[in-house]
Amino acid sequence: MDTSHTEPPARSSAIEAPAIEVLGLHRRYGPAGTVGFDAVRGLDLTVHRGELFALLGTNGAGKTSAVEVIEGLAAPTSGQVRVLGLDPRRDRAAVRPRIGIMLQEGGFPGDLTVAETGRTWASVTSGARPVDEALDLVGLLDRRGVRVKQLSGGERRRLDLAMALLGRPEVLFLDEPSTGLDPEARAATWRLVRELRAQGTTVLLTTHYLEEAEQLADRLAIMHRGRVVTSGTVTEVIAGRPARITFDLPERSGRFESLGLPALPEAQVTADGRRITVQTPRLQSTLTDLLGWAAHQEVTLGSLDARSASLEEAFLAIAASATADTTDPLPALIGSAR
Amino acid sequence: MTTANGRLLALGRAETTLLLRNRTALFMAVAMPLCMVAGLRGLLKAQAAQLPGIDLNAALVLNVTGITLLFVVYYNLTAAYVARRGELVLKRMRTGELSDGEILAGTALPSVLLALVQSVLVAGATGVLLNLSAPANPLLSVAGLALAIAVLVPLAALSSAFTRTVETAGITTLPVLLLTMAGSGLLVPYSVMPEWLAIGCRLLPTSSAFQVLRIGWLGTDGTAPVTGFGGTWAPALPYLAGGVAWALATAWAARRWFRWEPRR
Repeated sequence: MDTSHTEPPARSSAIEAPAIEVLGLHRRYGPAGTVGFDAVRGLDLTVHRGELFALLGTNGAGKTSAVEVIEGLAAPTSGQVRVLGLDPRRDRAAVRPRIGIMLQEGGFPGDLTVAETGRTWASVTSGARPVDEALDLVGLLDRRGVRVKQLSGGERRRLDLAMALLGRPEVLFLDEPSTGLDPEARAATWRLVRELRAQGTTVLLTTHYLEEAEQLADRLAIMHRGRVVTSGTVTEVIAGRPARITFDLPERSGRFESLGLPALPEAQVTADGRRITVQTPRLQSTLTDLLGWAAHQEVTLGSLDARSASLEEAFLAIAASATADTTDPLPALIGSAR
Repeated sequence: MTTANGRLLALGRAETTLLLRNRTALFMAVAMPLCMVAGLRGLLKAQAAQLPGIDLNAALVLNVTGITLLFVVYYNLTAAYVARRGELVLKRMRTGELSDGEILAGTALPSVLLALVQSVLVAGATGVLLNLSAPANPLLSVAGLALAIAVLVPLAALSSAFTRTVETAGITTLPVLLLTMAGSGLLVPYSVMPEWLAIGCRLLPTSSAFQVLRIGWLGTDGTAPVTGFGGTWAPALPYLAGGVAWALATAWAARRWFRWEPRR
């Protein structure tokens, strides 16, 4: 944080406040009763200054619905939201100059050029950096004379990012910033986001690319059905999640007629036909047991795959439960929530 | 820090660029009033025979001004709001420092300016070519113009809420366009209408504003003899009040029903 910058004492409480604080946020679409839909159902979230926080979730988990309220674009049905210690709706005029927002989708007139779009945004943004500097940050400087409608989807995302960065925001909201980017542009965007983070910008990142969250986030939360079901650092979220081994057994004929699996302590084995899935908290020892047994039995394990617990594992467990689950949060995941 | 005026001008400038690049909108806005001049002259000539004392050319200018306002401010702006909403431009602008009012006003800026420029050009050109008499009360004329804009801008915002695409804007704006044109008292004077119809027409959103404009220019709303500067205030007063009431009502309704994002 920039300590050389002195603020008037009246605002000292706002300086100490976290970048984003959400308490018991509810957002409902439509009327009360069964007609409406609760998109966000009791969200609690704290993002500290200078932190890069990723909000993950299944489709329809309520990420964008929640972020729109935090950004001050929509009113909460109930609950409290503070951005830099201020109410993003009531104190809109004070909050907006200090934050930058990149929406999930576009929002620039197709018939303006990149430079004209930049100039317009710079004129409505306090303390805007030079437009060319912002365009250069996202690698769009050579496209400044091109109409927005002629840009590719990825270029439009980068223009959106450039406009969000124009005002050197203290808090940056990025809603799926790398969707539609080619791998090179995605890597460049990640580099840029890391640089901003290193300069002290707080970032709230919404994404469904798990790799993006793993690469960038200091902390993350996974949303499901309008609530946070697990949060923490990547390590914390993964901790307690089992590793996974999958393989195919041979046909049950000839000498494999009565083939049975070995005892695998602590592991949970499920079978789908010949396809076997083993979940284990101790990948190495379970794998050793399994491979020793296979060698002894002279069995070839088809399509053998073994992987440590990953964010993807945690996420898939949540997504899989989305079909079977009741309205309650997932019991297996509550334990890993902070 | 940015200022409200600076933000408004920046947005107005971008919108002007967009209007100049939109051939269809530009053609509708510029060519429409000019075609009207030719078409209306014959109609008004027939009317002037029945209503002696009316300045034919001034009536022509009034009508063209009214129709210009309707097409350029109301129709054109409805389409512009729908287009910006569809491109998610309105939503994106709301993420920044612009207030909601500034976004709507900034988007309206070029339409309003274009309508004013055209009104002045038409008045000026006909004034020189047709030897037009000067307005009886220029202040009232300006007030009428301002009131018409103050009603038509929120009315456009309101209509955009009931318009899904730019293409359908022609249909959704048609009822208001037809009603306000026919009932403005400019094309068909209230004095020749049955009383119940005249009352109904006077209550239309833009009628009051157009009557203020008319009294300011011609010195009469058609029901009384022509008066000079001093005599125009009393007959204009109820219309001024009516215009302000409609401006407030449409602003309230626009605020209530305006849609910032497309329906999903």
